Amino acid sequence: MTSGLREATGALTDLDAAAVAAAIADGQASAVEVTQAHLDRIAAIDGQLRAFLHVDAEGALAAAAAVDERHRAGEPLGPLAGVPLAMKDVVVTEGVPTTAGSKILQGWVPPYDATISARIKAAGVVMLGKTNMDEFAMGSSTENSAYFATRNPWDLDRIPGGSSGGSSAAVAAFEAPLAIGTDTGGSIRQPAAVTGIVGHKPTYGAVSRYGLIAFSSSLDQAGPLGRTVLDTALLHQVIAGHDPLDSTSIPQPGPDVVAAAREGARADLRGLRVGVVRELGGEGYQSGVLAAFDAAVEVLRGLGADVIEVSCPHFEYALAAYYLIAPSECSSNLARFDAVRYGLRVGDDGTRSLEEVMSATRKAGFGAEVKRRIMIGTYALSSGYYEAYYGQAQKVRTLIAGDFTSAFTRCDVLVSPTSPFVAFRVGERVADPMAMYVNDLCTLPASLAGTPAISVPCGLAADGSGDPTRLPVGLQVMAPALADDRCYRVAAAFEAARPEPTLPEPTLPEAAR
Amino acid sequence: MSNPIPPTRISRADVAHLARLARLDVTEEEVDVFAGQLDVILGSVARVAEVAAADIAPTSHAVPLTNVVRPDVVVPSLPRAAILAGAPSVEDDKFRVPRILVDPA
Repeated sequence: MTSGLREATGALTDLDAAAVAAAIADGQASAVEVTQAHLDRIAAIDGQLRAFLHVDAEGALAAAAAVDERHRAGEPLGPLAGVPLAMKDVVVTEGVPTTAGSKILQGWVPPYDATISARIKAAGVVMLGKTNMDEFAMGSSTENSAYFATRNPWDLDRIPGGSSGGSSAAVAAFEAPLAIGTDTGGSIRQPAAVTGIVGHKPTYGAVSRYGLIAFSSSLDQAGPLGRTVLDTALLHQVIAGHDPLDSTSIPQPGPDVVAAAREGARADLRGLRVGVVRELGGEGYQSGVLAAFDAAVEVLRGLGADVIEVSCPHFEYALAAYYLIAPSECSSNLARFDAVRYGLRVGDDGTRSLEEVMSATRKAGFGAEVKRRIMIGTYALSSGYYEAYYGQAQKVRTLIAGDFTSAFTRCDVLVSPTSPFVAFRVGERVADPMAMYVNDLCTLPASLAGTPAISVPCGLAADGSGDPTRLPVGLQVMAPALADDRCYRVAAAFEAARPEPTLPEPTLPEAAR
Repeated sequence: MSNPIPPTRISRADVAHLARLARLDVTEEEVDVFAGQLDVILGSVARVAEVAAADIAPTSHAVPLTNVVRPDVVVPSLPRAAILAGAPSVEDDKFRVPRILVDPA
């Protein structure tokens, strides 16, 4: 009963989201066929990749059948109706287990939907399941998941980035054309970069945080991942917009990022002022990453952009400020895991006090990185240290935002590598927290300033260790607050012009390709 | 220069104290590992002190919104059973909490 489409274009899982939606709208494939094809691929390869914590096959097929029913009834379908999606497990989903990658929430089934989940359902997007992540989104490799490590489809011995590593791996390995991630210090952009896909961190407040399990409330921002800039923009448009349930949600409509992606792909960049941030490069960056970035800047220049170098002198303090602010907020947010309202309870034998049960539960339920950050935050917020640590970090945050403001008087967008490194080997950095934290060097400034930034694949590079495997490198494009459309426009123009293939075939899963 | 940064040698006793403040039981081995790691991390983030920022206003939040209000409209909350279904222990339609009072010895 399938269509010529499969013969014509290969498996349905090869299609990007825009093509899937078009195939369904044209009647060339049903949403159920598309969903089943992705579920089959997950069944075939996820034992190796381990992108999913939970696959909701039944729910996905029911959602797909509902789209097909509406299609048959002649109802208008949205631009992503019937398109499968992988959801990061930090987003609560009614009736579908949600753990945030932590043992403390093992088995918890949320009684409500996050606003993102509700908007995805309303758009007819089909959620396939929940993806693995660093516990409570704290990490850059997904190795801090309490359950298992996810692998990079380009090289199964390597990490898929983090904390949204299950989402990035699923999209890069063609298990889903789209995914939702969250980004507190780079957790959408860095995984997108190291798996060769597109990921966007929206302006803080552009996408509702209602129903996101909080890590660092002033920084957390959900956003889209996809294999093309247009797909990423299509998902952005579905999830963005004011939400009265989130008091930090921006009460005005955002820019039309889909139009920006479409226009960008057709246009050059003449007249665009691009700033290369001097502080985000050089020493400590892999030479292959810098070479790919330099080549990307030449592509932008070739498109007609005026490229200048800019200095953002406080960016070098972003890492220090972030690793005070984020742990401080996390130590407060994670106090809600008190063994009373949800999740794990350990040691409640009738003789132990509430405080003893709480402490035993948190010991058993939290992993090492979460404990480290809670203690750092507790320290930074202690009386006597508060001003010197947390207070000073907040002032540095002001100065970093000021660096952006000043740079954006001279430039329309800023660019940098998304990460100093290509994907590293599983286990390589777990013993040294600081070696893990420097993965976020390039992504932290936009997080602290609340400004939008996108990562778009810009080439392949070896890691310099002698291993000849060439791995994806990301180009980060940063724009002023509320100007998310600029990120998409520039990324789309770059995507259309770059010399390397759009998405080189991941080496994994020959078996299922 | 702004606030002088306090010395950041994190001792085993400091870790034990922080863990207690944060309601985290820690083993003796964890205290050893965390003391070393927190010392390195805090020593590194103490770099914020190098920035001259005495006259700079702190930023707690990137969105300049204050006093966000909405109309005071009554809407139904989630059903009690749906909320209690996720709780580790329930009694008489309420969360059951471990003992909070200690018998006077």
